[in-house]
Amino acid sequence: MSRRGGPPEVNAGSMADIAFLLLIFFLVTTTIETDAGLDRMLPPMEPPEDNVVIKQKNIFTVNINKSGQLLVEEELTNLKDLRSKAMAFLDNGGDGTCNYCKGRKDESSSDNPSKAIISLKNDRETKYGTYITVQNELVGAYNELRNREAQRLYGRDFTDMEAEFLNPETPSSIRDDLKEKVKRVQDLFPQKLSEAETSTSN
Amino acid sequence: MAKFTKKKDGDLPAVSTASLPDIVFMLLFFFMTVTTMKDSSLMVENVLPNASEVKKLEKKDRVLYIYVGTPTRDYQKVFGTEPKIQLNDKFANVTDVGDFILEERAKKPQELQNVLTTALKVDKNASMGVISDIKLELRKVNALKVNYTTYEGDAFRNIQ
Repeated sequence: MSRRGGPPEVNAGSMADIAFLLLIFFLVTTTIETDAGLDRMLPPMEPPEDNVVIKQKNIFTVNINKSGQLLVEEELTNLKDLRSKAMAFLDNGGDGTCNYCKGRKDESSSDNPSKAIISLKNDRETKYGTYITVQNELVGAYNELRNREAQRLYGRDFTDMEAEFLNPETPSSIRDDLKEKVKRVQDLFPQKLSEAETSTSN
Repeated sequence: MAKFTKKKDGDLPAVSTASLPDIVFMLLFFFMTVTTMKDSSLMVENVLPNASEVKKLEKKDRVLYIYVGTPTRDYQKVFGTEPKIQLNDKFANVTDVGDFILEERAKKPQELQNVLTTALKVDKNASMGVISDIKLELRKVNALKVNYTTYEGDAFRNIQ
């Protein structure tokens, strides 16, 4: 009766079956969630009480037609050039009150980043993909300028700081510190991206 | 000599499958950690566009989802191929969006009711007409925070 070669092997073949069963259950009942995107605020329904008059030169108009072509400041533009054009507009600093702007100080373009408004209009037939691309480029223009200022002031990217600030796992001591910095950079280039009708005067 | 001949009577030794469960469990744990439970099954095509300047949606309990896209093949016979809106598990009209938001908002705890975000999961081939209508409805019920949910990637892939 003496057995040779140690204890008998346990048959683990069915364990794999059980694990597969569990695996397949999880495969069919779950999804990999996409939880990132472009954050936007819609304008409120009630128009503001005081009728704000905005100079035409402070508005950067972007029109998308139904075939996805872009009309930027009355000029047919390639989507790839939109970001640099928007950045040139925001960074212009026409009236000389903006001491951190590195733009051309063009008299006929925006006065100050805090006054510059981007107005976006689209056709009902415009494809959603195109619209998102345009939105992405405009947000990208703001982010690039903010990154530049954040690098100058704090030596790190704005998008990086903002992501850390918005992350709920960041300890509150760091968040309080970041809040101030994020706010300051945001104020240098406030995001004014309008999709509503804007009244103009020359 | 007998020692050597004796062992040759059997077949090939069985391949050990002992590590197979380990591998499968590894896969299982991977899926358990990176995925979340489906809360509603999709009835519309939902290939999201790409964007590079994305922000993460934190805090799942503050997000309401609206899906837009052409109905999937099973539903195309009944609902056609025009982009439709899906709220929870039902197809809906644009006019239902406001009620849906108010209803869902009422279900949330008091302190969250003012900080809700509406995530628009829209197929990239949908047209902006539907989106504009939805946005108008959202403005009517004062749900102003929206998030255009996208995949992370190069935005120029959308227009090819």
